[in-house]
Order: sequence, then structure tokens, then C-alpha cells
Amino acid sequence: MLALLILLPIVFGLLIALAPSAQAKLIGVVGTFLQLGVFLIIALYQFDWSLGAMQQLKTTYPWLPQFGIELSMGVDSIAMLLLGLTAFLGPILVISSFSAVSTRPKTYYAWLLVLQGAMAGVFCARDAVLFYVFFEFTLVPLYMLISLYGSSNRKAAATKFFLYTFTGSLITLAGVVFLCWWNATQVAQGAYAGAGGWTFSFQALESLAMLSPDAGGMPAFVQTWVFAALIVGFAVKVPLFPFHTWLPLAHTEAPTAGSVVLAGVLLKLGTYGMYRFCLGMTPLGAIELAPVIAVLAIIGIVYAGLVCWVQRDVKKLVAYSSVSHLGFCVLGLFALNSIGLSGSVLYMINHGLSTGALFLLIGMVYERYHTRSMGELGGLAKRMPVWSSFMVFFAMASVGLPGLNGFVSEFMCLLGAFQSGAWTGTGSIAGTVGDLGPWFAAFAALGLIVTAIYILYMVGKVVWGELREPQGHSASSHDDHALPTDLNAREIGVLIPLAVACLFLGLYPTPVLRSLEAPTRAMAVRVESAREHLAVPPVDLATDEAADAPTGEPITLRTTNEGEGE
Amino acid sequence: MEAKLASLYPEITLFITTCAVMVLGLSPQAALRRLCPGLAIMGLVFAGVLALTTTPGAETPLPMLPMYAKTLVAGVGVLLALLLAGSADRVYEAMIDRGAKFDALRSNTGEFWSFFLFSMTGLMLCAGADDLIWLFLALELVSLPTYVMVAVSTGRNRSKEAAVKYFFLGALGAAVFLYGFVLIYGAAGSTDLATIATVFAQQQAEGGLGPIAIGGIMLSLLGLCFKIAAVPMHFYTPDVYQGASAPVAAMLAFVPKTAGFIAILLILACVRWPDGALPEPIHALVWVLAVLTMTVGNVLALLQRSAKRLLAYSSIAHSGYMLVGVLAGPGLAQAAGADASIATSGFAAVLFYLFVYGISTVGAFAVLACLERTSPDGEPEEADDLDDLRGLWKTHPSMAAVMALSAFGLLGLPPLLGFVGKLPLFTSAISAEEIPLVIILGLNSAIAAFYYLRLVALTLLENPEKLPTRPELKMAPMSGRRTAALLSATGVIVFAFIGGPQIAGFAERGATYIPKRVHTGEAAAPVDTPADAEPVAVRDE
Repeated sequence: MLALLILLPIVFGLLIALAPSAQAKLIGVVGTFLQLGVFLIIALYQFDWSLGAMQQLKTTYPWLPQFGIELSMGVDSIAMLLLGLTAFLGPILVISSFSAVSTRPKTYYAWLLVLQGAMAGVFCARDAVLFYVFFEFTLVPLYMLISLYGSSNRKAAATKFFLYTFTGSLITLAGVVFLCWWNATQVAQGAYAGAGGWTFSFQALESLAMLSPDAGGMPAFVQTWVFAALIVGFAVKVPLFPFHTWLPLAHTEAPTAGSVVLAGVLLKLGTYGMYRFCLGMTPLGAIELAPVIAVLAIIGIVYAGLVCWVQRDVKKLVAYSSVSHLGFCVLGLFALNSIGLSGSVLYMINHGLSTGALFLLIGMVYERYHTRSMGELGGLAKRMPVWSSFMVFFAMASVGLPGLNGFVSEFMCLLGAFQSGAWTGTGSIAGTVGDLGPWFAAFAALGLIVTAIYILYMVGKVVWGELREPQGHSASSHDDHALPTDLNAREIGVLIPLAVACLFLGLYPTPVLRSLEAPTRAMAVRVESAREHLAVPPVDLATDEAADAPTGEPITLRTTNEGEGE
Repeated sequence: MEAKLASLYPEITLFITTCAVMVLGLSPQAALRRLCPGLAIMGLVFAGVLALTTTPGAETPLPMLPMYAKTLVAGVGVLLALLLAGSADRVYEAMIDRGAKFDALRSNTGEFWSFFLFSMTGLMLCAGADDLIWLFLALELVSLPTYVMVAVSTGRNRSKEAAVKYFFLGALGAAVFLYGFVLIYGAAGSTDLATIATVFAQQQAEGGLGPIAIGGIMLSLLGLCFKIAAVPMHFYTPDVYQGASAPVAAMLAFVPKTAGFIAILLILACVRWPDGALPEPIHALVWVLAVLTMTVGNVLALLQRSAKRLLAYSSIAHSGYMLVGVLAGPGLAQAAGADASIATSGFAAVLFYLFVYGISTVGAFAVLACLERTSPDGEPEEADDLDDLRGLWKTHPSMAAVMALSAFGLLGLPPLLGFVGKLPLFTSAISAEEIPLVIILGLNSAIAAFYYLRLVALTLLENPEKLPTRPELKMAPMSGRRTAALLSATGVIVFAFIGGPQIAGFAERGATYIPKRVHTGEAAAPVDTPADAEPVAVRDE
């Protein structure tokens, strides 16, 4: 079933390439709806949501036996939610592009569907190399989409996007290979029993992470380095503060659907990778470097927010707001507690919905006016009331107005960061460079204010105020696609599911949160129980003393799960 | 003796084919002359089958190498033969078609094809070498025909200039590694590789290799850098590739490189790898060579305007990647008891990567060979300038797709074959704990992304430029070139999933490393029997 989720869109993409171009839209719609349908079947009938922390629907095919690399798939509830986001956005992407893409439609829809399949593959993968293959393969379709269908500076943007992410993920690959080598060596030396030889399976690597250094696990300083290598690729993808420079360019130049899919799903590949690899496989590294990453996230939140404030290009503004928002997401992850993790995963979905919708709205205006400049647009509420209502709605969702989706997750990320030190109790231990704490939450909360400022400023300029339209272009008399002044039924139909989802997740996030509870708690417990290996020196006779000397604070709930790695 | 002869059946087959082709190429009937490529391909296929089935007779520390390498050579050789088909004597054959009389003295067809097969024979001999003199002769047999092939590959003076440059630098390279071989002989007292391995093992057990042995190995490596197009002997590469026709350039990218790497592996296998690493001075040399080769190749490729020069620098860079595999060694760093697999054995990674590189690079050169225009002097001129590739998607969609796949394949983008090939280089280098080298390899791949991406962008995304000075490109009439291009592109995709893993397993067997044991008490025994060698990977004999 999971393979179907990946293969269906890719096969339909190939079909588009072979069929006449008049059929491209139709095949695209059918392909994405089928993917959504398959997802719904899995979600409703096959996936047991009450066992969300378990990997379910596992399937494995051999691929490269010499490396122990397998085409191995499986999902837990986090992967399911993100898959759901991917499948949900699929038809929206295709339908929203009907009027925007007129040249070479076949290539466009074909790559879009291939991208859908590749993204589903990332979330389904249970083998580090398979994950990497899909993670990298998403670059090609998006590269093509941006460089063929983007705006004026598209080629530079696409190249920058490709090179940044490719470079980052190579370093991640080196980290993954190092992990697997460590695992293979330890098994070969008989340090612990495990599948012989090389394996790249998540399960093996996750159980390696739970081993104490004197039992063959990685000592803290090695894990820190591996963590640093792993996070580079994901930090570029997210993007985390110093690596973010490719994103505004790529977003601005990409075609509308490209921006939507980039903000909606592709950035989440980074946070999802952080969750799976950085937290799941190098928990000690995560503990050691959590404050550093959190500081980068907070810098990103505030700095990108301030940059948003001075943008005159609406699309660029929303692009920078992605950097800011994803900062909250990363902050929640590295709070390393259940609330922060749940909030972070929920944020991934919420950001996909509301920012995706904002990009769609901007695209719709761009199709009518061929400009995105705030200087040339204003008071559109008078001209396009329906558009403006949606704009205000999604802007509020993005700001985090209580009652809409953004609020819940933003609050949870902050709460997670706030409680981070307190919950574990390790903040008090001398010498533990510990976790986050109230200060982190306080600084990150500054970002909320900035967000409110720039979004309201943008809405105020574009939606309210005096009517301003670019010269020579009045919405009624524009040329190419015979679009009405305000939104047409197709565009409204695209936006309504997003709006409903935003409202639902804002008012009643409980089912989603409940499904997230088990896996995030398991992850928090895993990280916490790894903490006691922090001070264990590698292979040393004195480990018995060392193990309980520095911490001395027993954390009872953790020992049960040790080494299982679900 | 008979066993030795039996191990040479593939070479003997190729040699017979060579003679047949030479005669056939002189035939006055055009139909018979046109059989040359087909016959060559048949010979290669037959030799490949023989290589797979005959027991290797070598007693070097890499006893299974001949089997893998000869099969590899035959396989990629078929692709190269397809690509070369129809290139020889093109202008002259056209004149004959228009009624000119056949003149055996002017015809090059027979020589061209026999030289090609001589070179392939040399390559196979190289793989089967168990003696330094044999190795030297085989290496020369690989290279000498290619000098001529470069010279006659086009009718232009540029080819002749390239051939002369290639020849002189080749002679220099040969002199250097011959000097190295002589020093190795001086240190070990024998030219037999198995004996050398035993003597070196003895010396290393007794306090390390002497300066003569170290110097000999280092000089051999430096000389062989010419064959593999590695720094510091890489200077000829772009000029020669550009001067030669694209099919011959594709051959130069694969054949001498494979010969060079096989020779390097054979020589380094004679050294014991204490703790999985080479003795320090040799290790340092290979490390520096690998880093410089990767970096120089990739950085200079960024600046190129000519597609052939770009591919030449990419060829240099790929040699650098493979040197990383060489440095990772035979995979002995693993704890005792663990089998050396392709995941840990750098030798296996190199052998597999030769296959991957061969398949991918032939595709790129084949696209250049397929696209040509008639230049004012009547000679067909291949696409070379990067601007020629601009907007290829609009004019020749299948060629554009092949070029994009080859470029992504050479880049190592998953899920293509290049990724499957690069993965063992990564894993083996990490297994050998060469972490800085792996990082440099990763950064170099990132630099490489820049120019491979430009190849993709030019072919798929740009619009064609119409210039009056630049007549439009047409497809070359040779169907073999198109077949080679399409086969290579198919291979780049398909082998990543089907067949590739099996070939990787075959490479793993080919890299089976049996280090020579030190005999306590007695002086170095001349030949080790398999009984007192320790098998690293099990293989039925």
C-alpha cells in the first residue's frame, strides 16, 4: 500500500509525459486524487492510530544486499500525518495551476506528480539510504519546475536551491554512513548482538543510539560530531538561520504551485529528517547541541521576521515568514520534550496549510495583475472581496490567532521550550550544558510580536486602504486567461479545503494531538534515557562508577524502553 | 603452463579477432569492410563469456581480479565498439561510395579496428598480469594503439597535435613507472608479483619497507597517474580529449584509466596493509594525489566552455574519487572475523566504480558524437562547444535526455547508477577512518554539481540559439552511436536497481584480497600456495 502511495503519482507522471498535452491536466488530477484516495484507505482502514508510535504497514524488498540496503517502508503516526499533508496538497497543487501554466504543460504536470511521489517516499522510508534517495530526488523535479516555470530570475534561483541542498545533504550522507559503519564495526567486534554486517535500517540505527558507550554505543563527543554532520543537510532544507539564503530566492522565483509545495511539504522534509535522524539516532548529540540549534532557531525567528517587515514584495515576505515560522518548529523539536515535539509536528502541518494558502492567494493576484509589489497593490478588498476574505483568514492563521490552527502549535512549541529544562530537572545539575528554558521561550515569543506586525502591515497595505492597481492593468481588463475580477469557482474550490482544515485544526486539534502523543512521548523518553550515557567514557573499566557519578538523579520511567527502539 | 594458457583464452580470442579484423578492413568490398565493428563486438562478447567461465590463473594477492576486470572490459568494450562503429575512414568511404577506387594504402579501417582490439587485449592482459614485466608490456599495449587512434580519429591537424602530445607525455609516464618497477624489482629481487608480495610482507614484519621499495612504489604510482589522468600527470587530458573525436575520447576516458587503476591495485596489493592502511609515505602520497586530483578536476571543469574539455576534467575528478577508494584499501580495517565486503573494501569500490564511470561517461561522449555539423572544409564536425548543447531538448529530445541522465549519473544523484557507485567509495573510506578525505570527497561532489547541473540546464531548459556562424546540428548517420547513447542512458537508470547490485557483488569477489603470510624462519618462499594464504572472502575454486 505504501509503495502504491509512492508509485501511483510517479506512474501518472510518466503517463502525462506520454499522453497528448491536452490530457495533462486530467491525468494530473486523477493521479493526485488517487494518491489521496490511497492515503485515505490507509489512514482509515489499515493504520491503527491507537498504536501511533509503532511502525506499521512494514514492507521490505531487497536492493543492495552488500550494504544491507533495503527498499524498506513503514509509517508511524508522524509520518502518516505528513503523508496526509502531502496527499492533501496534491490535487490542490494541480488544480491551482490550471490557469497559471500555459506553456509546456506536459513537463509541468509530469514533474509535479513525480515530486508528489518522491515526497511520499521520504516519509515512508525506513532505510537511511532509501530516505536519502528520495530526499535528494525531490531536488530534480523542483529544480525543473522552478527553472522552467518561474519568474525572471528563475535559473539562478533554481541553481542556488539545487546546489545548497545538494551540498548539505552530502554531508548528511557522510554522517549516515559513519553511523552505519559504527554499527557494523560494533556488531562485528561482538560488542552487541545485532544484524550482522552493514545495515542502514532505521530500526538498527535507532537501537544503536540507545546503547551505552561501554556497550558499543557512540560516546557523546562522537555523537555530537555525527549530529553536526547530520543536521547540516536538514538545516539547509528547513532552512535554519545561517543556511536560509536560498529559500527567499527560490520561493520568489518559483511558480505558485512550486512555492506551495516548497513551503507546504519540502521544508518539512528537513524537520522530519531532524526528528528521525538527529533526535532518533544521535540523542546525545541532540542534548549537547540543543541550545545551539535553539539559538539559531530563535535568531531565525526574530531576524527573518524583521526582514519580512521591510519587504515590498508580498511573495518574498511570505517566503521569509517561512524561515521565521520554521524556527518555531525547530525550537519545538529541540525542546526535547513531548509537548515541544508534538507542537513541532503539528506546526509542520499547520505551516503547510496556511503558508501554502498564502502562496496560492498571492499567485492568484499575480495572475491578474502581474505584480507582487506592495507599492502597486492596495485596497484590494474593494475590488476582490472574496479574495480579501480568504487573505485575511489565512493571514490570521499564519499569525496564530487563537481559534485558528497556527495558534495551537505555536503555543505548544513555546510551552515546550519553556518547560524544557524544568521537566527533565537536569538544568540544576552542575556541568550539564542542558536544555532550553524560559529564556529561550521568552526570546522566541518576541517573534510572535514581529509576526503580527509584518503580517498585519502587509494585510493592511494590500487588502485595506486606498485602492491601488498597477498602471495599465485594471483587474477587469486583463488579458490572457479571461479570469474574472475576483476569484472564480475553481480558485475558491481550491482554497476552501485549506480553510476548513485550518479551522478544524484550530478548533479541535485533539485527534491529531492524541495521535502524536505516543510517538513524541516515546521519542522524549528515548532522548532522556540516552542522557545517562552522556558522561560514560567509552570502553573503560571504571564505567560503573562513572555511570552514576555525575547524574546521580535516577529517572525511573526511562529504563523500561532502553534499547528497544520500537 | 597449461593453466596459465587457459587463463589467457579471452586475450587469445581477442587477438584472433584482431587479426581477422585487420585483414577484413583491407578488403576491397565495402560490405566486408563494414563487418569490422560487428566482428569486433562478437570477439568482445566471446572474450567476455570466456573470461567469466575460465578459472583465473593469477597467484597475485588479488587472485580474482582478472575474472571481474576482463568481463568488465568486454562489457564496456562492446559499448565503446558501438560508439566507434563507422568513425574510421568516414570521409574516404564516402568518396568510395561516390565512385572512387579503393586503395588499400589509404584505408584505415582495418588498422583502426585492430588497434582498438589490441588496446582491449592489452587491458585484459593487464588485468591478468602476475609479473611486473608482463604488467609493463600490457600497459604499453593498452596505450600505444590509442596514440594512433587519436591521430586518425579526425582528419584535422588538431588530432595529430593531440596524438603527439599524448604520445610524448605517455612515454614520459611509462618511463617513470618503468623506473618504479625497476626499483621494486631491486627491492624484492623478483618481478613476480606473488614473490614481491611475500618479500614485502617479510620486510614489513621485520621493520618496514626499505627506501628503495617505497621509492619504487611511489614512482610507479606517479607514472600510473598518467594512465588514470590524475594530478600531477593530468595536463594532457583536456587537450587530447578535445583533439580526438568524441568516440575515441570516450575510449580514452575508460580504457587507459581502467588499466591504470588495475595496475595500481596490483602493485599496492603487494604491500601489506598494516592496520588496514598503507605504509606512511605511500599513504601520504596517495592522499595528496586524491585530494589534488579531485579538486583540480572539479574546479577547472567549472571554467570550461568546451563540452569535451569539461568531460576531460570530470574524468580527472573521477580518478580522484577512485583514488579515495584505493586509499581505503582492501578492507582489512574491519575487525577480525568480518568479511571484507564492498561496503568496506575500497578495492572493490574502485572496481565497481570503473564500471559505473564507464557506463555513464560513454553516454555523455556518445551524445557529442551523435551531434555534428558539416564544417566549411567538408569534414563533419562534432558538437563540442557548450553552446551547441543549448536547447538540445527542442531539437533532439532523446539526446538531451541522454545527456541529462549521464550528467546526473556522473554527479551521483540518487537513484541513478552513479549514486550506487559512489556509495561504496563513501562507505569504504569511512571504514578506513579517512574522515577528512570523505568530507573533501563530499565537498568536491558539491562543486561538481555546479557544472553537471549546467550541462542539464543547458540541454533541457535553455532555448536554442540560432547563429549564422553556427550551422544547425544534425544527427550523425551512424546508428551505432545512437545505440551506444541510448544503451548507456538505460544502463544508468536500470543498473541502479536491477543488475547493478549483482555487479557490485561481482566486483566484491574480484577484489578478494589474500595477503601473503610471513614465513617464520625461512627466507621468502618464492610462491605461496593457496593453502597458507588466508582467504578474505570465500570463493569456490
